[in-house]
Amino acid sequence: MDWPTLLPLVFMAVMGLALLAYVVLDGYDLGVGVLLPFATESEKDLMVASIGPFWDANETWLVLGVGVLLVAFPLAHGVVLSALYLPVAVMLVGLILRGVSFDFRVKARAARKGMWNAFFAAGSFMAAAAQGWMLGRYLTAFVHGTWTDLFALGIAITLPTAYAMLGAGWLIMKTDGSLQEKAVRWARTLLWPMGAALVAISLATPLVSPTVFAKWFAMPQFLGLLPIPVACIAAWLAAFHVTRRPKVVQAGYGWVVFGSTVLVFVLAFLGLAYSIYPYIVIDKLTVWQAASAHESLVVIFAGVAVTLPAIVAYTVFMYRVFWGKASPLSYTAPAGPLTEES
Amino acid sequence: MEALDTLLLSRIQFGTNIAFHILFPTINIALCWFLVYFRLRHDAARGTPAARAWEEAYYLWTKVFALSFALGVVSGITMSFQFGTNWPGYMERVGNIAGPLLGYEVLTAFFLEATFLGIMLFGRGRVSDRVHLVATLMVAAGTTLSAFWILSLNSWMQTPAGFTVIDGRYHAQDWFAIVFNPSFPYRLAHKLLASTLTAAFLVAGLSAYQLLRGTGNAGTGLALRTGVIAAAIAAPLQIFAGDLHGLNTLQHQPAKIAAIEGIWHTERGAALTLFGIPNERERRTDYAVQLPRMASLVLAHDLDAELQGLDAFPGAHPPVAPVFWGFRVMVGMGVLMLALSWALAWRLWRRRARPAAEGPPFTRLQLRLLAAMTFSGWIATLAGWIVTEVGRQPFMIYGQLRTADLVAQHAPGTVLATLLVYLAVYAFLLVSYVLVLMYMARHPAMPTPEAPQGATAATPIGGPGWTGKEA
Ligand code: HDD
Ligand code: HEM
Ligand code: HEM
Repeated sequence: MDWPTLLPLVFMAVMGLALLAYVVLDGYDLGVGVLLPFATESEKDLMVASIGPFWDANETWLVLGVGVLLVAFPLAHGVVLSALYLPVAVMLVGLILRGVSFDFRVKARAARKGMWNAFFAAGSFMAAAAQGWMLGRYLTAFVHGTWTDLFALGIAITLPTAYAMLGAGWLIMKTDGSLQEKAVRWARTLLWPMGAALVAISLATPLVSPTVFAKWFAMPQFLGLLPIPVACIAAWLAAFHVTRRPKVVQAGYGWVVFGSTVLVFVLAFLGLAYSIYPYIVIDKLTVWQAASAHESLVVIFAGVAVTLPAIVAYTVFMYRVFWGKASPLSYTAPAGPLTEES
Repeated sequence: MEALDTLLLSRIQFGTNIAFHILFPTINIALCWFLVYFRLRHDAARGTPAARAWEEAYYLWTKVFALSFALGVVSGITMSFQFGTNWPGYMERVGNIAGPLLGYEVLTAFFLEATFLGIMLFGRGRVSDRVHLVATLMVAAGTTLSAFWILSLNSWMQTPAGFTVIDGRYHAQDWFAIVFNPSFPYRLAHKLLASTLTAAFLVAGLSAYQLLRGTGNAGTGLALRTGVIAAAIAAPLQIFAGDLHGLNTLQHQPAKIAAIEGIWHTERGAALTLFGIPNERERRTDYAVQLPRMASLVLAHDLDAELQGLDAFPGAHPPVAPVFWGFRVMVGMGVLMLALSWALAWRLWRRRARPAAEGPPFTRLQLRLLAAMTFSGWIATLAGWIVTEVGRQPFMIYGQLRTADLVAQHAPGTVLATLLVYLAVYAFLLVSYVLVLMYMARHPAMPTPEAPQGATAATPIGGPGWTGKEA
């Protein structure tokens, strides 16, 4: 394969990875937002504090994802985003409401806190559901029909559930005591709808999309792909196991819930990537048809090659700084007299 | 509904979104450097009572910064989707050029600021002071870098350079010429100064409000003084940069200058219109107050120079009224900013040797004026952008692509619906933002120092006598 043929594929991979990083990273903080209404007032503060330092960087992966779509595949960018006009608007309004509530809920007068908490939860849910709907529309090549719409609706309900599962896994890692116990309970409950929805979607995708059907249900490929569903089931069982045994969580294995949910996301992503390749708009535009001019891809590739490792490095650094159990956030050193902010 | 077609609605929607977005970056780009300054002063004063006062200033303005940053981020994310949802033709035609510029902004600027923001805001005590300072510098550098890239793109849309067109799609030929296109240096300088002025007046204005309400602390006086001095330095520079910017525009976009000046017909020795009401139908300015031949002098440095009028650009000049008015509002604000900041800086200068015990250096009237100017930077910035962006019409890429050809063909009702939702959300958030800013100013939340009052008397601007309570 020569360089001009390869580069669009490289960018397809970068875009996919950026979106995967987004779904996992913003997934857990949106999930925490979705779970917010089920917590007590003081738990809410700690839940928000556990994601406070991270959410902005997490959302930047979404900007990179659409950024690469726009940079590398300008022709697909217009097609995809104009087809998703309304759900994009719903998602943006959700992200706006959620994002500003982080600060307003602790900076506005105390009487308004309940309202901002409500915006926080509603915004998180709106963004998650809109993203699910968009994924469903995308997989069905933006064709409207009873079945395709139902399919998209199904994903629109599933994604917030899966995000909430990630959020519960995150809280198990970042908190202790009664909030941690509560998070384990949330995870235990969420496992069922999430598992059922994943099975349903996996079965429905090949049914609504003949392209996907053809790629999965042909003989040697089917066997080669078998590890994906098998590993998914194993991950689900691992989470099931841990959430039933408080002792295992106490012993420090609470991260298994988060880890196995992430694994499910990664596997689903691989499955989707396989289903879609080499299209960027299913059945309409391939990666090569939609790509930018070669010289522009080279310019941006140089930038990606240099900056992406740096971004990963300082992201890891940031996670290390805030490693361990979450504590109330403060703009000053903890020794200082002022610790009431978040 | 014919008047409200998809094109017009999409333009209103884009204009609303970017106008809302730019309010917050404008504050943050410079405010972050103010915070760096407060931090450095605090470190330098370590061990003296002044350290506490600088810390108090740092603390309150970090809260303002965190809130403004959140608003900047969420509205910016909206921006990054606007191109695809409303202007798909834009990326299809110029994606090869706009894409890499936006991509570099995300890669070099957004990740930097977003990631280090967490450490900057909440990392004190978790990392060493030095690492915390580095994180703060990274955030400041990130916001400035993002202004660099986005303005490079915006300037390229105004004065495109370094490209070739193959089959209707734009291809990059010379990246240096693209990034440093003819209007970019002027626009960047003008915008960074605009940001400095906006933040300076916000800091000074809100501090003045605190003193008027008697809710200041030892940091309030320091913040007020910093804001006034920064404004006094930036205001004349801004007027100078704006003048150069205008001359550059005359060279590259004469139709825009004709609209700014309200010159309808090409003429020698054109008059400078101070005020008047542009009348697009009759193609003249009603009730014009004019200085004869001055426009030729100001723009071409020759009393008899010929200036091109709007009639030289049939069908390719912008609507006159918004450009004409926007320019006057901006320049008017610039002059007001200069006058007030110099008057107050002069007072500070004269009183620099006097002990604080003689009371605050500003009268209540002066504090009121400052408080009234708190958001003057926003007004000037928006007015300036209207001059720039509306002045570019009817083109999206000046002289190359028309806005009307690049719009997405959604049903007008769809665009209207989202526009109304955005408007409602933005109006609500804007009101909330201003109210919360005032609330925070009234509750700066740093407890008064445990040390005896006299201990802070040595703070540079006046310690306890100057918390505004007596003023
Ligand atoms: C990267 C490009 C870019 C940047 C940085 C900006 N704009 Fe812009 N602006 C456009 C790209 C653009 C555009 C895509 O080219 C628009 C949309 C439709 C149009 O006519 O031009 C536009 C239109 C547009 C309009 C409507 C003008 C009209 O349709 O008559 C306004 C009021 C603004 N902008 C205001 C702003 C403000 C306040 C900005 C401050 C950040 C700003 N723009 C930055
Ligand atoms: C069409 C134009 C624009 C787009 C697409 C855009 C996009 C964005 C996005 C996606 C973010 C969020 C980044 C994050 O996650 O941290 C952002 C923030 C930011 N933008 Fe813009 N932006 C535009 C115009 C501008 C302009 C004109 C400026 C400055 C002159 C600017 C300066 C900033 C800054 C400094 C931030 C950091 C957040 C903040 O300080 O509030 N942007 N922008
Ligand atoms: C008083 C003297 C000033 C002059 C002569 C001046 C001049 C100009 C000119 C000619 C433009 C249009 C550039 C174009 O052709 O696209 C402009 C744009 C702008 N001005 Fe000013 N300006 C002044 C003061 C200010 C002040 C005080 C602010 C804000 C605090 C400000 C903020 C802006 C902004 C944000 C823009 C749009 C961005 C850009 O194109 O750089 N200006 N100014």
